[in-house]
Amino acid sequence: MLLSVSNLSVRIGSVEPLSNISFALDRGEILGLVGESGSGKSLTALAVTGLLPLIGGRISAGEVVFDGTDLVPLPEARLRSYRGRRIGFVTQNPMTALDPVQRIGGQVDVVSRLHLGLAPSAARARTVELLTSLRIPEAAAICDAYPHQLSGGMKQRIVIAMALAGEPDLIIADEPTTALDVTVQAQIIHILGELVRERGLGLVLITHDMGVVAQVCDRVAVLYAGRLAETRDAAALFAAPAHPYTAALIDCIPRDGMAPGSLSGIPGTVPSVLTYPAGCRFHPRCASATAECATQTPRNTPLPGAAACLPSSAGAANG
Amino acid sequence: MTTPKGLLSGLWLLLVVLGAVFAPLLTPYDYDIQNLPNSFASPTAQHWLGTDEFGRDLLTRILYGARTSLSVSVTAIGVSVFAGMLLGAAAGYFGGRLDRAVTVVVDLSWSFPAILVALILVAIIGPGVTGTMVAIGVAYLAQFTRLTRAQIMAIRSETYIEAARSLGASDGFILFRHLLPNALAPVLVAAMLATGDAIILEATLGFFGLGAQPPVPSWGSMMSSGSALLFKAPGIIIFPGLAVALTVIAINLFGDALIRALDIKTRIREA
Repeated sequence: MLLSVSNLSVRIGSVEPLSNISFALDRGEILGLVGESGSGKSLTALAVTGLLPLIGGRISAGEVVFDGTDLVPLPEARLRSYRGRRIGFVTQNPMTALDPVQRIGGQVDVVSRLHLGLAPSAARARTVELLTSLRIPEAAAICDAYPHQLSGGMKQRIVIAMALAGEPDLIIADEPTTALDVTVQAQIIHILGELVRERGLGLVLITHDMGVVAQVCDRVAVLYAGRLAETRDAAALFAAPAHPYTAALIDCIPRDGMAPGSLSGIPGTVPSVLTYPAGCRFHPRCASATAECATQTPRNTPLPGAAACLPSSAGAANG
Repeated sequence: MTTPKGLLSGLWLLLVVLGAVFAPLLTPYDYDIQNLPNSFASPTAQHWLGTDEFGRDLLTRILYGARTSLSVSVTAIGVSVFAGMLLGAAAGYFGGRLDRAVTVVVDLSWSFPAILVALILVAIIGPGVTGTMVAIGVAYLAQFTRLTRAQIMAIRSETYIEAARSLGASDGFILFRHLLPNALAPVLVAAMLATGDAIILEATLGFFGLGAQPPVPSWGSMMSSGSALLFKAPGIIIFPGLAVALTVIAINLFGDALIRALDIKTRIREA
């Protein structure tokens, strides 16, 4: 496994916004990290890259094993040598992810100069090559442009180029398409998928869009309110979601032949970390909740294929 | 910067700077050679602005005075901006105890008028060009520190800073390559406007006899000697006074034009 996260818990002050998260992915695979806003997706990304101290958090338990090394006990200086070099990061909003006062080329160059020790001219040549491979037209001219001269989709490609410039093995993309037009979204997802297949990268794709997950992901980890609902192969998950939350998310994808107005949402909102309900955290919004869901916490380290859900694991045991 | 105000003020500043730099080539007179028989001369073809109580050409002394005024205020503000940016950036970026210490000192010195801080410092260091520079530099240090700190704190949480860090950038890299360049524009405008204030402060110290010492002319000391002769030879105080006023007005107008040209407010929003 390229990346294997097991029983990861995160603390910020006195609260634990993330408990017992486990998932894994290998080279050439795309893992979709799914959940509504506030379910802990971005926090998981920060934990994996060791950037939690920035928001005053820390990993309180668990392992993040990347390519055979547990990153959790590593000091900041060692972690920094992973960031950009072994693990590339694509930030959420491409509109603000580039420094407004620097030319595009310089911002991409600097990553390969820092991590691969390239000379300025070699770094520029690599940048042009990289941008061209991301289907950016006239890459050499784009290098001299400032961010505000580019469109959102173009900026997102630049951000992806920056993440790729250090030749990482793993890319974590935090909602890379949320801020983009639908047509551009598809292009970006397509580009990311290609990169994974062609270069044998691992990709953690953080998204709340089950449609995107269905398109490209090999594995899925569904998060809800800081806990893992279920994690398994994408095909199996879409064929037969084991957790009611997963099923509800899938029901939110528009389908062909739907009657107008019949697209369902999930009633209610994700609870904040201060108001997590007892028992299963999804039970107040769950259609198939039973009385024991409100009191008993479902096993929160689900086996691959199983779900952290009392009724459905009971059903599985009975059946 | 292409508005009439910006153009006109820029032109005046250019004139003053060129006059200061090329003063020895522009005038046949020396600023310190006395010619008593020709004292208090009215403006003539030989002496465009007349002469002072020692028969020295007023225009010559104003040109050389510009050297003093400009070099003292620009140097002082330059050093002050440099130190203020480093201090403010460190405080804003690293936070914690360093930030609290810097903030307390800055707020304390902010509560005293610049002229008072400058007077105290000149009293300690002693009058003269060096004393004036230090006094002005320290008097404005708080302003630049504060401004830079606020800028850095606003920019610190931008996505591109997070992106840089997630790609392995170090603190130093983020500070010098991302934070300071993005904080630069507003600080430069503030520095421009502060230079105007500094010229007035330099003239004030000169007026009190605490600036450049005779016979080196400064606009302030010229006005000081002219103040005693206000009715006998008003030109001695009026012309250097005009030089100060016009230059400071020009700097302020140019600063406004600069704000518009750099489009600071919109650019910060866009980022």
